[in-house]
Amino acid sequence: MSIIQFQKTSKHFGTLKVLDEVDLAIEQGEVVVLVGPSGSGKSTLLRCINGLERITSGDLIVDGLSVTGGSSQLRQIRQEAGMVFQQFNLFPQLTALENVAFGPRKVRGASLKEAEQQARELLVKVGLVEKASQYPAELSGGQQQRVAIARALAIKPRVMLFDEPTSALDPELKQEVLTVMRDLAREGMTMVVVTHEMNFAKQVGTRLIFMEHGTIAVDGNPVDVIDHPPNQRMKEFLQRVE
Amino acid sequence: MQTDWMVVLEFLPALLSGALITIQITVFGLVGGVVLGGIAGLMRAFGGPVLNLIAFTYIEIIRGTPIVVQVMFLYFALPVLAEVRIDPMSAAILAILINAGAYIAEIVRGALLSIGRGLSEAGLALGLPRWKVLLYIVGPLAFRRLIPPLGNQFIVSLKDTSLFIVIGVGELTRTGQEIMASNFRAVEIWSAVAVIYLIMTGTLSLILRMIERRMRIL
Ligand SMILES: Nc1ncnc2c1ncn2[C@@H]1O[C@H](COP(=O)(O)OP(=O)(O)OP(=O)(O)O)[C@@H](O)[C@H]1O
Ligand SMILES: [Mg+2]
Repeated sequence: MSIIQFQKTSKHFGTLKVLDEVDLAIEQGEVVVLVGPSGSGKSTLLRCINGLERITSGDLIVDGLSVTGGSSQLRQIRQEAGMVFQQFNLFPQLTALENVAFGPRKVRGASLKEAEQQARELLVKVGLVEKASQYPAELSGGQQQRVAIARALAIKPRVMLFDEPTSALDPELKQEVLTVMRDLAREGMTMVVVTHEMNFAKQVGTRLIFMEHGTIAVDGNPVDVIDHPPNQRMKEFLQRVE
Repeated sequence: MQTDWMVVLEFLPALLSGALITIQITVFGLVGGVVLGGIAGLMRAFGGPVLNLIAFTYIEIIRGTPIVVQVMFLYFALPVLAEVRIDPMSAAILAILINAGAYIAEIVRGALLSIGRGLSEAGLALGLPRWKVLLYIVGPLAFRRLIPPLGNQFIVSLKDTSLFIVIGVGELTRTGQEIMASNFRAVEIWSAVAVIYLIMTGTLSLILRMIERRMRIL
C-alpha cells in the first residue's frame, strides 16, 4: 500500500479553496519534488500530510492512518512524517544536541543518555558534531537547517517533508543542505520536497509534481517534464525560477 | 520649623511593623495574582471563545476601575450583597490578588503570543501533544520575556498597598498617617515612610535585575 494516499482531498480556508479534490499516491522510497507558483497550495498539501492543517473533505492516509483521526492518531502520523521548515524553527533555548535529542526525549520517552547518543550520531551524519553544544543563534542558516533535519530524523520517521528548506539561505549555504538531503534520498528515505531547485529535482527527484490552483497539473519524471514541460504555464513557471 | 530626626528612631519599630504588613499583603496578593493571571492569560491566549470571553471580561472590569474602588467594593459592598464579612487584611490581599491578576494576565498573554507560531509547529510536527509544546517550548521562552514586565507589575502592586489606608489596614502608609496625627512631624515621618518604600522597591528591583541577567532573553 502507498505510504501517502490523498483521496479526493480538499482543503478550504474559509471560502478559499486551496486543495481541490487532490488524488495522489506516493510509494515508499519515492522522492517527490513539488513545484508551482506562489499560492498554488504546495505548503498546504505538505502540511496536510502531517496534520498541521486539517483537511476539509475527502481522506488522506499516511502509513495506514487517516489524518482525520483523533489527536493521538495524529501524533502517531507525525512521528512517521518528519518535517523541515523554511525558517528552520530550531528551539532557541536548546543547544544543537539538545534540539536533536528533544524529540526522542519528550515524544518517545527515551533516556537522556540514549537520546544524546543518538543525537550525536545524527549530528555526525549532517556534519555538525563539532557544533553540538552551540545554540541556534550561534550557527549559520545552513548549519541550523542541517540541525533541523537531524532533529526531524531523530524520531525515526518513515517519510520526510521539506517545505522550501533552502529558500531562506544564501546561495553558498544552499548546497550543504541539499547535500544532506541527497544523502538521505540515497539511503532510501521517502521524501516530499517543495523547492525551486530544479537541479536537485532532476538529480535526486524520482517524480515531479507541478501544482496549480490547488490541483496537480503535471506529474511525471523530473528530467522529462523539466526539459519538456507538457503545459504552457509550467513552461512559464520554469523560465521564472531559472 | 525645626526638624527633629530623632522622632524617626522613636517610631521606627511602628513603621517597620507597618512595612511588614505591606510586605505580607504584597507577597500573598502577588502569589495569588500570578496564579490567577497565569490562568487568565492562558485562557486569553489559547482558550476557546467562552474561556476567552470570561477572561477578557474579568481583565476589562479590573483594568477599567480604580483599585481603591475595588477594595471598597470587597470590604464594604460585598458584605451587603453576599453577607460575607471579611477583615481588612483579607480584603487588602484579595484586592491586590484580583487587581494584579488582571494586569499579569495581559502580560502572560502578550509573552505567550510573542513566541512565533513556527516553534509550536516544530514541536507539534515531532508528535508532541499540545500541552507538552506549551510546557517545554512556548512556556520557557515566554517566561524569559515575562520577567521584566512582571517585575514592573510587582513594584506597582507593592505601592498600591498604600491605598488600603481607606479600609484601615495598618500597613506602612496608614502607620505613618497615625504617627503624624499624634505628633505632627510631617517632614520626618513622611521622609522615613518614603525611604522605607524605596528600600522595599529597590530590593525588588535588584532581585529582578539579577534574575534577568541570569536568563538570556531569546
Ligand atoms: N492559515 C491560512 N489561512 C488562510 N489562508 C491561507 C492560510 N494558509 C495558506 N492560505 C492561503 O492558501 C493558499 C495556498 O497557500 P500555500 O501556502 O499552500 O501556497 P504555496 O504554494 O506554498 O505558496 P508559496 O510558494 O508562496 O509558499 C494561498 O492563497 C494562501 O494565502
Ligand atoms: Mg509555501
